[in-house]
Amino acid sequence: MSSPKIWRQRIERYRLLGQKCKGCGKVYFPKRLVCPECGGRDFGEESMPETGKIVTYTTVYVGPKFMENDTPYVVAIIEFANGVRVTTQVVDVSPEEVSAGKEVKFVFRKLKDEGKTGVIVYGYKAQLV
Amino acid sequence: MREVGIIGVGMTRFKEHWDSSLRDLFVEAALKALDDAKVPMIDSIYVGSMSSGLFVEQEHIGPMFAEYLGVKNVPAIRVESACASGALAFRLGYIEVASGLSDIVLVSGVEKMTDCEDPTSALAAAADVECEAFFGATFPALYALIAKAHMDRYGTTREQLAAVSVKNHKNGLKNPDAQFQREISLDAVLNSVMIADPLTILQCSPISDGAAAIILGPLDMVRKMTDKVVKITGSGVATDTIALHSRKDVTSLDAVKLSAERAYKMANRKPKDINVCEVHDCFSIAELVTIEELGFVEKGKSGQFVVEGNTEIDGKIPINTSGGLKSKGHPVGATGIAQIIEIHKQLTGNAGERQVKDAKIGMAQNMGGTGASSVVHIMEVV
Repeated sequence: MSSPKIWRQRIERYRLLGQKCKGCGKVYFPKRLVCPECGGRDFGEESMPETGKIVTYTTVYVGPKFMENDTPYVVAIIEFANGVRVTTQVVDVSPEEVSAGKEVKFVFRKLKDEGKTGVIVYGYKAQLV
Repeated sequence: MREVGIIGVGMTRFKEHWDSSLRDLFVEAALKALDDAKVPMIDSIYVGSMSSGLFVEQEHIGPMFAEYLGVKNVPAIRVESACASGALAFRLGYIEVASGLSDIVLVSGVEKMTDCEDPTSALAAAADVECEAFFGATFPALYALIAKAHMDRYGTTREQLAAVSVKNHKNGLKNPDAQFQREISLDAVLNSVMIADPLTILQCSPISDGAAAIILGPLDMVRKMTDKVVKITGSGVATDTIALHSRKDVTSLDAVKLSAERAYKMANRKPKDINVCEVHDCFSIAELVTIEELGFVEKGKSGQFVVEGNTEIDGKIPINTSGGLKSKGHPVGATGIAQIIEIHKQLTGNAGERQVKDAKIGMAQNMGGTGASSVVHIMEVV
């Protein structure tokens, strides 16, 4: 894993910061350079709400190598209160408790590590409210 | 633009090819296509490969393949659009012949997946790596998110999803090039290992090795060289957001719908005109949503449509007579080309036990990622 890359992503992963298009008002997370709705290139910083709701979810029983010790885990598409959607894990929950429409709050969690002497990557996951 | 047709086709069987390398697979398929076409020389090569880099750590495969095929110095271009790489290579070769820049073009696709230690992670590179894969969303997981939403909204059932795999295996049994040539029961599909709920392993296309190749030429030439002339009448491509969550409706695949509309328009055809169709069933739910987007069945009604037998070989619109990705296998880059080969076989009456009666107009739909790219071709006997 490259440290500059992790540093670069601190804005969305550590601070939940996105942006709002000054042309049409649409909110994006994470940041981008051009608004796909109106073509605008002028944005203002926008904090994401700390809560949202589950749009759709699944329980993953076979994961990628870096998560093979975490299975089964729940992955969901979550809609923030401002309409922006992200994909992340729903944690501290058993799969039976999860359903579409349920409220969640975003929490700061470890995502990956490089082993005993490497970099630890943090980011957002979701918890049922 | 010139009219373009198919002169010859060839493919390896799709399976775990422990004795063949990436280049061996390409050359085997390309030689079969060249022998079938009986052409003395080719003007250029297009090869679709999703990720020779991640699967076998080899890039720059265009020139390598030209050299190993014994046609050193011809232009050779690798094309990538994840799982739609093959059909996109076909389209680019089609455009090159149609433009008049070249006469005889080899379009192909290849993937060598079984040498890779973590193919699940390699495949996840077709999603948004930073915003999806990084959070543990594998490909089965992303399609499971679509499936769950489809079940919630339309009442699609687990049995309806599983019926897609049962049908495709029934067809694959009749295809000597298929990876799995055996039938599976509905119970077996439902009770197999869960990968990402509701998708069990028998609803997921396998890890496969294989290659497929087609020789294209101007229609005047094709008429002189083949008995049954198959012309490319429609070619449509569309893209969508890379991340599934960025789409307004996760039960729709807009790129599939748009690419089909473009191909229908170019061919001046409608869904009811299509006699046989290959679709990108990387997961059972993908076939259901795709047949809705292609216009064969109303939105939300695909599950029942499949259970009623409408997509069987003798049904209203036969889907995946080859066995589909599920049973035939899915060496990613080769899939789009192999789908077109199946349609060519059907249109030329060479589909053996799985032949659709009187097939004159066929369609092949190939997609990348969770539908961030889709390529549709319509072919007709002329």
